[in-house]
Amino acid sequence: MTWEIVIGLEVHAQLSTNSKIFSGASTAFGAEPNTQADAVSLALPGVLPVLNRGAVERAIKFGLATGARINSPSVFARKNYFYPDLPKGYQISQMDLPVVGQGALTIQVPAVGKAQAYEKVVRLTRAHLEEDAGKSLHEDFHGMTGIDLNRAGTPLLEIVSEPDMRSAAEAIAYAKTLHTLVRWIGICDGNMQEGSFRCDVNVSVRRPGGELGTRREIKNLNSFKFMQQAIDYEVQWQIDTLENGGKIQQATILFNPDTGETRAMRSKEDAHDYRYFPDPDLLPLVIGKEWIEQLRGTLPELPQAKQARYVGELGLSAYDASILTASREMADFFEAALGDAKSQAKICANWIIGEVSAQLNRDGLDMAQCPITAQQLGGMLKRIADGTISNSGAKEVFRTMWETQKPHVPTGGITVGGSAIVQFISADEIIEAKGLKQVSDAGAIEKIVDEIIAANADKVAEYRSGKDKLFGFFVGLAMKASKGQANPAQMNEILKRKLAG
Amino acid sequence: MSLSTDDVKKVARLARLAMTEQEMHSAHAQLQNIFDLIAEMQAVDTRGIEPMSHAQELSQRLREDVVSEADQRELFQSIAPQVERGLYLVPQVIE
Amino acid sequence: MINASLKQLSAELAAKKISSVELTRLYLDRIAALNPQLNAYITLNSEISLAQARAADARLAQGKGAALTGIPLAQKDIFCAKGWRTTCGSRMLENFIAPYDAHVISQFNNAGAVNLGKTNMDEFAMGSSNETSYFGAVKNPWNHAAVPGGSSGGTAAAVAARLCAAATGTDTGGSIRQPAALCGISGLKPTYGVVSRYGMIAFASSLDQAGPMARSAEDLALLLNVMAGFDERDSTSLQRDQEDYARDLAQPLQGLRIGLPREFFAAGLSGDVGAAVEAAIAEYKKLGATVVDISLPNSRLSIPVYYVLAPAEASSNLSRFDGVRYGYRAPEYSDLTDMYEKSRAQGFGAEVKRRIMIGTYVLSHGYYDAYYLQAQKIRRLIAQDFVEAYQQCDVIMGPTSPTTAFNLGEKGDDPVQMYLSDIYTIAVNLAGLPGMSIPCGFGANGMPVGLQIIGNYFDEARMLNVAHQYQLATDWHSRAPQGI
Repeated sequence: MTWEIVIGLEVHAQLSTNSKIFSGASTAFGAEPNTQADAVSLALPGVLPVLNRGAVERAIKFGLATGARINSPSVFARKNYFYPDLPKGYQISQMDLPVVGQGALTIQVPAVGKAQAYEKVVRLTRAHLEEDAGKSLHEDFHGMTGIDLNRAGTPLLEIVSEPDMRSAAEAIAYAKTLHTLVRWIGICDGNMQEGSFRCDVNVSVRRPGGELGTRREIKNLNSFKFMQQAIDYEVQWQIDTLENGGKIQQATILFNPDTGETRAMRSKEDAHDYRYFPDPDLLPLVIGKEWIEQLRGTLPELPQAKQARYVGELGLSAYDASILTASREMADFFEAALGDAKSQAKICANWIIGEVSAQLNRDGLDMAQCPITAQQLGGMLKRIADGTISNSGAKEVFRTMWETQKPHVPTGGITVGGSAIVQFISADEIIEAKGLKQVSDAGAIEKIVDEIIAANADKVAEYRSGKDKLFGFFVGLAMKASKGQANPAQMNEILKRKLAG
Repeated sequence: MSLSTDDVKKVARLARLAMTEQEMHSAHAQLQNIFDLIAEMQAVDTRGIEPMSHAQELSQRLREDVVSEADQRELFQSIAPQVERGLYLVPQVIE
Repeated sequence: MINASLKQLSAELAAKKISSVELTRLYLDRIAALNPQLNAYITLNSEISLAQARAADARLAQGKGAALTGIPLAQKDIFCAKGWRTTCGSRMLENFIAPYDAHVISQFNNAGAVNLGKTNMDEFAMGSSNETSYFGAVKNPWNHAAVPGGSSGGTAAAVAARLCAAATGTDTGGSIRQPAALCGISGLKPTYGVVSRYGMIAFASSLDQAGPMARSAEDLALLLNVMAGFDERDSTSLQRDQEDYARDLAQPLQGLRIGLPREFFAAGLSGDVGAAVEAAIAEYKKLGATVVDISLPNSRLSIPVYYVLAPAEASSNLSRFDGVRYGYRAPEYSDLTDMYEKSRAQGFGAEVKRRIMIGTYVLSHGYYDAYYLQAQKIRRLIAQDFVEAYQQCDVIMGPTSPTTAFNLGEKGDDPVQMYLSDIYTIAVNLAGLPGMSIPCGFGANGMPVGLQIIGNYFDEARMLNVAHQYQLATDWHSRAPQGI
């Protein structure tokens, strides 16, 4: 008998504001414990929350990017429970009226094994603003727990999906698409190690077409790899339990990356009576149409629209288009390198997906840290297109550019007014300095070819009598004679013509 | 509306208030009286009435996204029950 | 000097007839002599008080004094004042030295006023008799066997006993007006949002409002001028132009329409209080006012509504007192939950725990709609009653409290009886309206009676005018308890 997997996600995206959602404390990551815990973060008696415009702006942008309704008014509510990392004894969140209503996200589910790649629309239930909790540190305090409240009050957007996903692959494609989107529109830095993008995954299984099964919620997954492992483990556990005649109890569970197993949390026995009520310290959040329109104007072209344009206008494959839109940095780099040269889109895409990505990978850098500029790459692509350099010459140019600019610290830059200005060496300068310009002068190539034919009369005769394989031999001689600088296509054409007699 | 002692126990637990059996019993009696007082409310027809959460019909004012708070850890932790290396200490939290 | 108005004191200080240090010492000496019996103050810090007085004198010497510069005031112990122990009347905060100033405290500091000390109060402002304070009950200066009212009982007693020139209170369900009435002083709860709540330890956030308590309406106006004003740290603080609340004090009352809600004069009102209030209304008629019979039909529901909403908000507001970052932590516990439960059980008194229990229950699963939501809907009905009433009148008057001060311990065992003493004041908080109480005579037992004046939203200046004109025509407000 088969089982159908049903998955819904709740993603907590930390919003990239400078200050906290309800106070002027910094949200910078990695500060000394509690040095960014101001009076409001600590919930000192008498302090009050005031909402950060930047957090609301980011929530609205998300709503616009997912085609969702922006609710006005929306209401902040208190979610009451005791936990040492929750200083007020309640979390300010949104319950009945979230700032962002229903939306949708289109995901590309990659091919797995024999299954084809496909597209799917995942419905978003809602997205609401809330505050993050602090952190509990369990080590080294002689059996006690240390509480750091620097993170308390960091703005979060909790993005809730419908239970629309039917496999771990879909769940991960969704999480990745969402991860790309929040960074793309600049509302979250997406740093999963630092906890800026955390996923809670609701998993259940059922007989195809049957009633929804009881779900268990895997909390706080902070890598796509762990998400995959956790879902796989959890699904198998649920199926085994049901097939052995057991029942699934609704539970909040944790994934242990060391063992690859999930287990139920122990501390939340009465956590389900949160006693939500509207926060009397905060008034209804009203968002005017003008504000929404002004923010709509600041949104960049979204990944999905870009993909469609790359395919339709630039003739790229869907695959290339999806890779180039995996991050905003990647797409920006591609577009800047390409410039107006739309006909070069394929070769430009190949270079970025190929050489550039491979080099970044090798050097452990991401796109934002790419040592060469898109303009440099564009300059080189132009020289490939106009025949100035051969492919091997281009590889030499690329290597030189990369090595010159690496490490990322500017070297050999000139200093103006105290700040270093990196001088990026252009493709033309490298071609000139290294003599990589290929000979495309037909007269010069013909002269070389004539000399070779004259000096190798016997081989020419053999060739003409049908020994076609000798063609390579003539190419080798000609390239050698041109010191490798002859335009190979032109050389081939002239050789063929002259050898034919 | 009658309140059971189990309700009282549950509420005390939710509110994190330790109570002896005796306290639980006297709380039960007093709360029952208070709920009898409150019960008068139940008979009122409030269909179509918007709940009133705030004394003023105003909307939320927004703060600019600016860091305005400096580190005051030393001062704030001078009144804490137990701290070590900048952290507040509590009995072990088991997740 | 102790009977001088704030205006007179200010003039004396400006004319260098007395220094702020001398005035401060005068009050500190009175406090030293009388506070041991009255218990009006929880915390004194003469070092800080005198330093502030010296700074005020320096400021006055430079001719930079403002209306309250150098004047010794008392602050209800609900306001955080940096460097001062701020207990909110609770064991939970017995050793809490506030690390920052409440907005109200900053306003007085900026004005150059002197803080004489922190006044006693019902624990977390929950009470109507001041008997719930961890630091002991306050005695009514008019009769030491009687309560001063609550929750701002310490302030009311301190003002009545001339242990400060004036002081602050807070009012969630009557906590300024009821003790003002019971101690024979004047007190004003402004429109919700006029005074910032920042740094004022929260009881029920949607109802709490700070206000002045003093010996006259004129003094209240000067205090409110300093306390009121927009504060960006409180989302519910109103952005309005600064106003001079004393501007209309001298206006005649000719043509004033006074609404008398029949529900405030019905069964439950004790005869002597009713008589004193009627006499005050008669005085107003002499001053040119007319009287309109009005009805506030839903006001009878204000107690049940209040005892759902206020405890609900309080149960959540008081969750921060968990023994982790500040405040009381139980000396012994077995684990985290035990630490929470013991710290809160030992740190909070009986009334506070009772209200946390009520609030937790009405918000809990399955009861929210029946209690909390229903109460919020009736709250709107109560507020609408006032909107309709103000179609017919300019101010509403009635008794502040159904009785004069009752005796200490008299209502101890029955919380419901205690709750009923706020029957006339609570509706004002639910609606967010301004309300005040001024002395208007004495009851059968010789204890003061308060006249409640309820204004329309933002009508504080007019209410102060209405009160001031009465105080020009009568002398109830200048009577002092025996021996003072």
